[in-house]
Amino acid sequence: MKKKKHRRPARPAPVQPAPPPPQGPPSGVKLDSPIAIYSGGFGVREAERLLWRAGFGPSPGHAQVLASMGLHAAVAALTRPSGAPTLTGADPTDEDGNPIAPADFWGHDHLWFLDRMVRTDQPLVERMTLVWHDWFATSNDSVGQQQLMLDQNELFRRHALGSFDQLVHDVTQDPAMIVWLNLDQNSRWSPNENYARELMELFTLGADRGAYTEQDVRQLARALTGFEFDWSDELGMHNFRYVEASHDPDDKTVFGQTGAWTWEQGVAMCVRHPMHPSFFVQKLWSYFIPTPPTQADRQALEALYVSSGYQVRPVLEAILLHPDLHAGSRMVKPPVVLLAGLLRALQRSVDGEYWIWYSENAGQRLFYPPDVSGWDDSRWLDTSTVRGRFELVSRALSGRVLDGDAVDGYDTTETPEQAVAAARAWAGDPALTSETVALLTSFAADALAGAGGWQLSTYRGLRQNALRHLILASPDYQTS
Amino acid sequence: MPSCGCNDYSRTQLLRRAAAEAGRGLPAIEPGMPMPAGTGLTRRSFVSRATGLALSVYGAASLGPKAFEEGIAAAAAQASSERVLVSIFLSGGADSLTMLAPTSAHPQYAAARPTLALPGGQGIPFAEDSSLRWHPSLAGLAELYGEGKVSVMPAIGYDDANQSHFTSRHYWEVGEVNPFGRWGWLGRYLDEHGVADNPLQGLALGWDLQPVLAARDVPVATVAEPDNYGFWTPGVWGTVQDKMLDAFGDLGDPPTSDVGLSQARSAVAATGRLRDQLAPFQGGYTTPAGVTYPAGDFATRLSALAAMLDGGLPLKVVAIESGGYDTHSNQAGSLPADLLEIGDSLRAFQRDLEARLLQDRVLVHVWSEFGRRPEENGSGTDHGAAGAGFVIGSQARGEMVGEFPGLATLDEDDNLRNSSDFRGVYCALLEQWLGVDAGPIIPNASSFARPALVA
Repeated sequence: MKKKKHRRPARPAPVQPAPPPPQGPPSGVKLDSPIAIYSGGFGVREAERLLWRAGFGPSPGHAQVLASMGLHAAVAALTRPSGAPTLTGADPTDEDGNPIAPADFWGHDHLWFLDRMVRTDQPLVERMTLVWHDWFATSNDSVGQQQLMLDQNELFRRHALGSFDQLVHDVTQDPAMIVWLNLDQNSRWSPNENYARELMELFTLGADRGAYTEQDVRQLARALTGFEFDWSDELGMHNFRYVEASHDPDDKTVFGQTGAWTWEQGVAMCVRHPMHPSFFVQKLWSYFIPTPPTQADRQALEALYVSSGYQVRPVLEAILLHPDLHAGSRMVKPPVVLLAGLLRALQRSVDGEYWIWYSENAGQRLFYPPDVSGWDDSRWLDTSTVRGRFELVSRALSGRVLDGDAVDGYDTTETPEQAVAAARAWAGDPALTSETVALLTSFAADALAGAGGWQLSTYRGLRQNALRHLILASPDYQTS
Repeated sequence: MPSCGCNDYSRTQLLRRAAAEAGRGLPAIEPGMPMPAGTGLTRRSFVSRATGLALSVYGAASLGPKAFEEGIAAAAAQASSERVLVSIFLSGGADSLTMLAPTSAHPQYAAARPTLALPGGQGIPFAEDSSLRWHPSLAGLAELYGEGKVSVMPAIGYDDANQSHFTSRHYWEVGEVNPFGRWGWLGRYLDEHGVADNPLQGLALGWDLQPVLAARDVPVATVAEPDNYGFWTPGVWGTVQDKMLDAFGDLGDPPTSDVGLSQARSAVAATGRLRDQLAPFQGGYTTPAGVTYPAGDFATRLSALAAMLDGGLPLKVVAIESGGYDTHSNQAGSLPADLLEIGDSLRAFQRDLEARLLQDRVLVHVWSEFGRRPEENGSGTDHGAAGAGFVIGSQARGEMVGEFPGLATLDEDDNLRNSSDFRGVYCALLEQWLGVDAGPIIPNASSFARPALVA
């Protein structure tokens, strides 16, 4: 992992207007779920968590808006957005204010996706796009053509809340995926089983569950033959297509069924495999709730998934309504989710390439997952990435801190309690545990120990900057 | 392969519960994907003041930095004669038929590899089997082989090889063909023969714990970039900054039963401690005159390892991963460069150890989760079964382990058959190099033949 410092002198950071809150059906809507629905109070704190789990945290005021809708309408506002998403505020730029070039400039792909997370009024659509990017993890490290990665990302966005069946079908003929898992090299004359294996192992069925055999991998690879593309200096990889003549037309035996399976039939057989629904439900659930579903809940969701015709939205709605999300354990925010949420909360725009390095140091560079199994959600936090997260906050605060007269002329009567309250309010009043509030208050008192003269105002100004930073870097804020 | 179809989730739930009970969060795994060994271990950062090393310590949750410091000091007092085993994992499934390319004595080779076969006449002769050649990019390794310092396993693996990266590497990591294994084979060695308070006894060089080292009872550690650990605090300086950074680490201290918060607090607490303690370690390493490592992380880690051993650090088992071997396509474009880096780095490491007079204390074991299929797929190769392995060092016996089984008869999946079993090699390394009984460490140890690996 590269470690680069990118510290420019701070300049005032402009305030980005907040996007409108998620809009869905009118309040009063009742969603259906075959499993338990959270029945406790749904206030600002619950809405705040929902926005972090199913989006990128609240922009100022959004948690209040969602709380006033009630649980069902708040979930529906996320899962049933109407019309095309809109992006509010300034378009992303590099440090010099030039527009980004997502397809052409190194790292601008990352800025492009990050910007959508920050500015969209349909946060769950972007969050599911991120989920699919992890689920069908494809890296530009070997694809090497950013436009293909962006096209794949748009595919994930189109299918964000739709049919998984259709998603897998379309991913299979997606150019970035074709390059990433070598489908173009899988011809009737020399089958390459890379895609066939990962389609079953990582995308639809899971390894070592008895769902498929090595023979199935090879036979499915034959069904998936026929994809090709052209290459030229001018266009790079282009003209991705399916060529009948390169497809193996003979019989293949997959999961015990023999036929002259086409690639579409082969993909559909994976989704219709009896062990696919359990794989799907468990994996989708794990993106939103850190504790596994009960067996009864899982089976109910599997039945819902199958009866819906392999639709994502019904299962997702049931997960987002479930008590384990609203009243269960906290969950570590993925690094880009944290970053997008910081920018939302602080109303900042994506205004420089530095966010590429900062994201990478925090452990997540979009379009470059570590391997085909995606990012490891159990290992987001260690002593390297916590420092990376601390510095994400540093950079987000840069240009927003008190300085000059605001520090040197700071109110000399502010108590530690008042200082903590002011910093919490400034940071958008994120949920903090009582232990954290106590430690912050203790720091606020200690920060002035022994101070006298000019220090009484200046140190209070520095203390305020420090408290804002500590709140956003705290363990509480790393989780939701 | 056990069928989990009867109760798909029992294992997942069991492991998630175990992780939760350890208070360390809930690893997300796919149904059926083996949980990497060591998942759920506590992880804390710690700097040994005596050695100046920044460590992430896994396990031994009840011990504090002071105990580790004493443990390291006690172990260091006797470290100068202890033997060290270095496990090097070539992840992705390295193509053994490139590393040791068959000659025309195996006519199936050129047929199976119309575009990827090493042309006849190229390559470096392999003394023990004239039907094989070292790939020219492995000249560094071939040079050590010529000096009798490399034992070659031309076809190592296990029967009914699993062709999933994630599953097969897991088997190699836990030292048994068992997706349920939770502890690395070297971790089990440390559980049996290590000490409770020396995290350096099992050291991963890199960003993450290597699962081979995952131990149930004793601490192990990782070291990565200890000389770059500053914290930027815009708008805060002086004593307020010092107190702020102390306070940041303190935010990780309160105990909590919430798994997500517990994960975040532990990591923040560890980060705070590490920041405090990193000051002594800013100098970097000196490499002896005449020893030149190639560029890259892999070589940098080996050079650091040689310096750490020379510094008397009490290491017993060390693990390093180097990736990029999953060559489904463009194999000719990427593999030679990767092999060149590995071969040259391993030669430089050996020369470094020799310059420091440490060469008789260190044995290196190189492995990959599987080899690749003899028949190429166009521009690359798919997952195979048996692959190549190496044991390197001045004390290596330098004698081939198992013969090259040839390409005329392949296994039922058209992959190379194995002529040695990785578990037998593990048993031999434990018994012949580390001097311990393999029985308690490798399941069914008595059923595996031990190759002679040590001089």
